[in-house]
Amino acid sequence: MSSPLHIALGLTDTEYALLLDRLGRTPNSLELAMVAVMWSEHCSYKSSRIHLRSFPTTGEHVLMGPGENAGVIEVGDGVAIAIRMESHNHPSAIEPYQGAATGVGGILRDIFTVGARPIALLDSLWMGPLDQPRSNWVFKGVVRGISGYGNAVGVPTVGGEITFASTYISNPLVNVAAVGVTRADRLVRASASGVGNTVILIGSSTGRDGIGGVSVLASSGFNDAEGESKRPSVQVGDPFEEKKLIEACLELLDRKMVVGIQDLGGAGLSCATSETAANAKMGMDFYLDRVPLRELDMEPFEIMTSESQERMLAIVEPSRVEEVLAICRHWEVVASTVGVVREPEVGSDGRPVGMLRILDTEGGEVLGVVPAALLADEAPLYDRPSAPPADLESRRLTEPSFDVTGIDAELWLKEMLFDPSWIYSQYDHRLFLNTIVGPGADSALIRVASPEIGETEFAMALSADGNPRWCEVDPFWGSAATVVESALNVAVLGAQPKALVDCLNFGNPEHPVVMWQLKESIAGMTAACQALEVPVVGGNVSLYNEAGGTDIFPTPVVTTLGVRALPDELPKCTRARPGDQILIIGSDTSGLAGSFAAVELNGDRRGELFKCDLIESAKLVQFAISLSTGWREFGISAITNVSSGGIALCLAEMALEAGVGIALDPSDALTVDTIFCEAPNRIICATSTPDSVLEAASGMGIEAKVIGSVFGDRLTVPNLVDISLEGLIDARRRP
Amino acid sequence: MSSKRVAVVVFPGTNCENDVVIGLKRVGVDSEKVWHKETDLDGFSGVVVPGGFAHGDYLRPGAIARFSPVMASVIKFAEAGAPTLGICNGFQVLTEAGLLPGALQKNAGLSFLCETVSVEVACSNSILTRGIELGTELKIPINHFEGNYTASADVIEQLESEDRVVLRYLDNPNGSVNSIAGISNARGNVVGLMPHPERATDPLSGLIDGLELLSAFRDSL
Repeated sequence: MSSPLHIALGLTDTEYALLLDRLGRTPNSLELAMVAVMWSEHCSYKSSRIHLRSFPTTGEHVLMGPGENAGVIEVGDGVAIAIRMESHNHPSAIEPYQGAATGVGGILRDIFTVGARPIALLDSLWMGPLDQPRSNWVFKGVVRGISGYGNAVGVPTVGGEITFASTYISNPLVNVAAVGVTRADRLVRASASGVGNTVILIGSSTGRDGIGGVSVLASSGFNDAEGESKRPSVQVGDPFEEKKLIEACLELLDRKMVVGIQDLGGAGLSCATSETAANAKMGMDFYLDRVPLRELDMEPFEIMTSESQERMLAIVEPSRVEEVLAICRHWEVVASTVGVVREPEVGSDGRPVGMLRILDTEGGEVLGVVPAALLADEAPLYDRPSAPPADLESRRLTEPSFDVTGIDAELWLKEMLFDPSWIYSQYDHRLFLNTIVGPGADSALIRVASPEIGETEFAMALSADGNPRWCEVDPFWGSAATVVESALNVAVLGAQPKALVDCLNFGNPEHPVVMWQLKESIAGMTAACQALEVPVVGGNVSLYNEAGGTDIFPTPVVTTLGVRALPDELPKCTRARPGDQILIIGSDTSGLAGSFAAVELNGDRRGELFKCDLIESAKLVQFAISLSTGWREFGISAITNVSSGGIALCLAEMALEAGVGIALDPSDALTVDTIFCEAPNRIICATSTPDSVLEAASGMGIEAKVIGSVFGDRLTVPNLVDISLEGLIDARRRP
Repeated sequence: MSSKRVAVVVFPGTNCENDVVIGLKRVGVDSEKVWHKETDLDGFSGVVVPGGFAHGDYLRPGAIARFSPVMASVIKFAEAGAPTLGICNGFQVLTEAGLLPGALQKNAGLSFLCETVSVEVACSNSILTRGIELGTELKIPINHFEGNYTASADVIEQLESEDRVVLRYLDNPNGSVNSIAGISNARGNVVGLMPHPERATDPLSGLIDGLELLSAFRDSL
């Protein structure tokens, strides 16, 4: 053998030594394979877990937080919303359609595992420029994968975002968030309690797809030509099976037929069996011959680590087993009794140890025995070395600057315009009749309703946001600003930000700069979440996003969930009216550091990023909510917040949305540095009664001023921009 | 609510069944979901085959669904002259089952399309359009990959001459022959259409034109 088995499976020598010590003996190959997948970066969060502890994760309304299958909040009247976000980056880089499709499938299972009906999906895509042939292929495959799976499984894709940048050419990112609703008293946990309870495997048969997906694929970077050989590690999705699984599981959970349930995702049966047993501090016997297989002659380690999709593991009292099997038969879903919950054993220190035992058949040969907690909870945790980039100080000394006479602001603006409607028109975004504001707005606004809970008095706003350029220039303030932007995106739809989930997409954690970026980013998000009082209720960390030794820009992506009363009519927030005044609300900011203009268009990463005052940002969020919900009294015809592309892009989009011109008043303050500055803690609105808005802002101690008016059929920024509406429409890119 | 009840057929993979129940309720019609293994449609005044991906749409949309036990009853129900409506995937199922002529092939742009389109009422004697003025323009969402209606030239000529084109796209989104969005059988009691009327029944979404169609369906029961 050229290298030891543990190395081939992705464990280091130190980790293997630790395993020998914990186990007190040499593991056999089945046991080693199970430990390797469970101790992978993807499953164990070993490089990030100690840093993630700083996130605020609690609140009176938080029913489930990080560590559960999904974060869950209660919104009132016993109505609960479940939300979860995950990355599926590496699979999508190799096999875009299936990578994205199974990303959707996996995140949906997390939602219905807690007993909630999935009612919305959002996707956040980060792709290389479309003039790169491979990026183009990846992008089209990803969109088709989301469309093909999401539409067929029957969950609407109500929002998301797409960014093209060169940093993602070899390592695209596919992050998907799912949201579900239920009654708070119907929530279920992933726990195998009750000695003697039966373990039932529900859903698809098990094949060789996805073996080692979490370790071989998701927990290492890419080298040239290596990607092709990793393709068998990508799972294959079947949305029809998942649709049946959703209906079967929701009926099981609604009728309280199971005591615990866990979906099979990364690390497959190894993960679901060990986590449910460890959560209940119980042991479990698992019988391999009971697992329905789709391929011949599968090895025990293949069965235990396969990531075949559309499978669930349920823990059921013996007296309910027949009913459970009958419900599954009704929905035409295969269900098999595959094991039993056992008493924990007494460990050497006298404490109970739940042992996961893998047997070839009930009463047959024991093929492997590992403490469930050793697999699920006891991976080594690392505080890896971190260091800022060597050129950080020098970069920050100089602001990006351009030969102003040579700058054509109009050209920059045109480069930034993008029409995503051809993407989201491929996604069903109206199923369930809940969509009030669909894709393309600052956030999606959907009814909180489902067949199970009926109609409610609530609506929720959802927004997925990230900005790698801000985070590359300054991961702390960039990440904080990302949270502020996301909170404002839901606030301008009138919703109070209630919870947030994240995908932290970073490079190789064995590079000190990447660890520094990750720590700074977590600290920045923590500061912003604390100031805005938005708990982080779940998320994932995707590391090793590198190719050929180059790490991607740090890309923390957040999805913010906001809640509001159901509006009594369609909110009028995107139809700027001729004659209305344009106001900017929030502190004056200028500077191009971290902007699309500087980083993406000019390759300039210099300068100090804007620092959003977090206390003021929290006030601004509340003000945005009162403007949006009180749009009648404030005479508001359009309201939005500044983000990537700055005021210039924000006004262009406002003009395009309403088909009206916007003219800014002449002012010395209007320079390239101000109109393309992206500080997100600013709102722009169009109003017929500017005085009412100015007065209310002043009452809250928030800066606000009139900067122009809705007028004519051109976007005009004196001395900088003068483009007709037709010009703007023509400039909107459609790849 | 009227005392008349509508059966909403549910195959594994159907996903618009609850939306149709809500849409019908908004025009005052009670309905009940009927699983595809049921064979008894007694007591129902109308049948809706809703949208979705019956049996995963594997092989071809509707190709497997037509063999579901419920379909023999649906065919009998329709042949007896009772109001039978197929929406989107339901339209595909009705063509596969032989209740409506022609077929739905992949959209001309080879892309799934979820968007709101304008259609015009092209005949006023079907269960979905009775009493609605010819030429009335309606904004209704579509949501399909296989919505490109096609049939032999003879069939198209027959549909046109017998006034059986129920709805026509004003700006053909999918390549359908003669911009056909919906058709009926000769008696006018079986209608299939690709747009989703139930998705245009909520003032809060800004789309309400489906109420007109579903009200006509109600009045046909």
